[in-house]
Amino acid sequence: MSATESTATELAAVTPAIAPSAATARRIRRSRAVLWLSLPLAFVALVVIVVPLLGVLPDPHRQHLDQTLLPPFFLDGGSMSHPLGTDKLGRDLLSRLVTGGRLTLLIGLVGTVVAIVPGTLIGLLAGYKRGWVDTVVSRFIEAQLALPFVLIALAIIANRGSSLGVLIVVLALTGWAPCARVVRAETMALRERQFVLGLRAAGASSARIVLRHVLPNLTGVIVVLATLQVGTAILVESALSFLNLGIQPPDISWGQILASGREVLTQAWWISTFAGLAITVVVLLVNLLGDALLSHYDPKKRKF
Amino acid sequence: MSSSLASFGARKIGAALVTLLLALTAAFALGHLSGDPVYNILGPLAQREQIDAMRADLGLDKPIAEQYVTYLGDTVRGELGDSLQYFRSNSELISSRLPQSLQLLVAAIVLAILIGVPLGTLAAVKEGTWWDRAASTVALLGQSVPVFWLGLMLILIFAVQLRLLPSGQSGGLDHLILPAITLSLLPLAHIARLTRASMAEVLAEPYIDAARARGLSTRRIVGLHALRNAALPVLTVTALQTGVLLSGAVAVEYVYSWPGLGTLALEAVQFRDYTLAQAVVIVGAVAFVVLNLLVDLLYVVVDPRLR
Amino acid sequence: MGRDADTSAAVTAASRERIVGVSDLTVVHQRRGGGRGERFAAVDGVSLHLDAGEVVSVVGESGSGKTTLAMALTALGAHTSGMVELLGHDLARLSQRQIRALRPEVQVIFQDPHGSLDPRQSVKAGFKELRGLQPQRTSWIDDAGLLAQVRLSPDLLDRYPHQLSGGQAQRVCIARALLMRPRVLVADEPTSGLDVSVQAEVLRLLLELRESTGVAILFISHDLSVVRRISDRVYVMRRGRVIEQGATQAVLDAPQEPYTRQLIAAVPGRTLRTAQVAA
Repeated sequence: MSATESTATELAAVTPAIAPSAATARRIRRSRAVLWLSLPLAFVALVVIVVPLLGVLPDPHRQHLDQTLLPPFFLDGGSMSHPLGTDKLGRDLLSRLVTGGRLTLLIGLVGTVVAIVPGTLIGLLAGYKRGWVDTVVSRFIEAQLALPFVLIALAIIANRGSSLGVLIVVLALTGWAPCARVVRAETMALRERQFVLGLRAAGASSARIVLRHVLPNLTGVIVVLATLQVGTAILVESALSFLNLGIQPPDISWGQILASGREVLTQAWWISTFAGLAITVVVLLVNLLGDALLSHYDPKKRKF
Repeated sequence: MSSSLASFGARKIGAALVTLLLALTAAFALGHLSGDPVYNILGPLAQREQIDAMRADLGLDKPIAEQYVTYLGDTVRGELGDSLQYFRSNSELISSRLPQSLQLLVAAIVLAILIGVPLGTLAAVKEGTWWDRAASTVALLGQSVPVFWLGLMLILIFAVQLRLLPSGQSGGLDHLILPAITLSLLPLAHIARLTRASMAEVLAEPYIDAARARGLSTRRIVGLHALRNAALPVLTVTALQTGVLLSGAVAVEYVYSWPGLGTLALEAVQFRDYTLAQAVVIVGAVAFVVLNLLVDLLYVVVDPRLR
Repeated sequence: MGRDADTSAAVTAASRERIVGVSDLTVVHQRRGGGRGERFAAVDGVSLHLDAGEVVSVVGESGSGKTTLAMALTALGAHTSGMVELLGHDLARLSQRQIRALRPEVQVIFQDPHGSLDPRQSVKAGFKELRGLQPQRTSWIDDAGLLAQVRLSPDLLDRYPHQLSGGQAQRVCIARALLMRPRVLVADEPTSGLDVSVQAEVLRLLLELRESTGVAILFISHDLSVVRRISDRVYVMRRGRVIEQGATQAVLDAPQEPYTRQLIAAVPGRTLRTAQVAA
């Protein structure tokens, strides 16, 4: 039997193993969960981006002092002209929620990028270089985790006042460390994998190994971290806005609408309730998506 | 053996001190490098002389390195400066508010453990059933709901609509109920998730099967073996949760007008009282680092393998 | 087996160039999670040499320091004291850049072939990257020819590692090593993760390559039946030290050390099975 023939039989023996099996079926089901969770999130994003452009909703900033605190349509005194009611200045709540969603989602995304990009780079550096670089970075990660985000925000805002820029800085300062910690651990594990040793034997530089081999193999981890960070960023934004440390009027975000509803909570429960519902639903979807992605990339690590 | 324990303890304490120094430095840097506090306090209309006088008063006219050394020295001596807004010492202000915050934090942690551990255990024992799914939903919801919103909703239902409980201010035990429940939700979710995970791991161990073969009931197995072994990771996450809990506490105190450290810090920020804000940040960081150190040390006492 | 011994003798006689020379090498590791002072010598005063075209085995149980020794030879691991010479260069005297230039001369094959391939890279992409790293060194053969060298069909070029069987993946690893035209191939338990029949094929392939390319092979193993089949000389390691060495047949048939006797006694069944397969 010649060499190529023996290879051909080997091939034939192996091919069926690659065909759909129980494992692949599970994988497909998990991918489907990712899809089903992405769709409603994409829908929310589409609504907050497109609907304000269509002009079907009233101006979110337009005040009607004769129509303040109108209830939603399903309560006595409500009407379809303001489906979710109005706030204390008579502004349409639905329109404010849709418009406020833009800033909230934008902060969710920008807040994620400013945390994940430095977090990933720092984690890669510490995990691959090890030695004193790793010792220093690890101390910084722990020190950062020792400062709760509200304290960091307080320390900056006590001095600078609140603004969108400060909010992003707070998100960057608080978000990088958890990400760096995970990426560092994963990099350390990958670096000991034999293919990395083999590449070094072939003369590949550290930069090449990190950027071409370690980073691509961390895609799954980073996607999961980024997804969960979107939820965290939205929660941090809304918490700070609620404490009057975040988004300030006339800018609108969900956290800021929620905060403005607090002073009229007993007369107009709907303002804070709907804003909070919007935040909860989006963050819940994001967290579910993160979980689905985690089990999609690494079934063993699934917690729930 | 005791010497290895001592050297382990020394290393942990050393690491904690370094972490603390970095955290203190970060607090200083955040307060001083992000702009001139005096200008921010007095506003754009202040006279030159006013600004200079205040800067000299606060020691801000000195070089930054000297300010930093003074700050570290003061902090180590427990000297946290004077509030710009109350004209009292910051440590006095903080110690007057600390008991209220502690009361709330302890109540929340106890609640989170009392509900979270059984919830996670139930989910692990009945893995894949309706119980499991219900528990995971509660846990996931707990991680997604903004705490302050939950607080508002609880006020709306229990204080405004049903008039069962007071909506805020500190007072008797009834005043503590709503804030503690609100604050406990996030750590509860984390603890339930972790308990389930480590429980499921322990339950898959061969010695659990052996115990089953000996005819022990599930309840006894969980009570005797599994719960004890699952306790350590839960302990860790509880300590790590303190940071999150402190963040949550600020929002919860604000919602319920609870006179603790959180509301004190918010007042400080409102009045640009940066020395008071910095002092609260320092106290929070110290509390977190010390607590984690204690858990680390407790860990090795409980589980000798980790030395 | 007798035939193998004859050919290798012919090759070593033809070219007696010293490829690797190690004298009094010590490698100290920090025990994981241990405190200061908890260091131990994974390799402790080892001397060894490897000439062109030779197959030399290092045997010993796990933890005896075999892999640490191999890593020090490939200039990948840091060594603490002693001398490692590669093609006449003292590694300690070379700069990082010079070491990197020397690295392709020593290629490594590991136990787990799937772990030795980047899971996100197809076979072809992997070759392409290696060619990019060492354009001159790798221009001697095209991808299909390279796969033919390790008895694989060119159809496998577009496969990803998880689409390869263990034996196929190990052959791809050998091909990747060959592409560099190394003078030394360090094979760290290259067959222990494979089925017995595939093991025999991979071993046969390694011996063929030694004959066709003259590469020297340092074979790390705890499997004495495999060692007996493949190697000219043998070093027995225990707790970081070389306790016995010599021609394979002499050491394995008439061991001087009790430890070596124990190792041999531990694998009678396996010897029989491999012998049957090889026959």
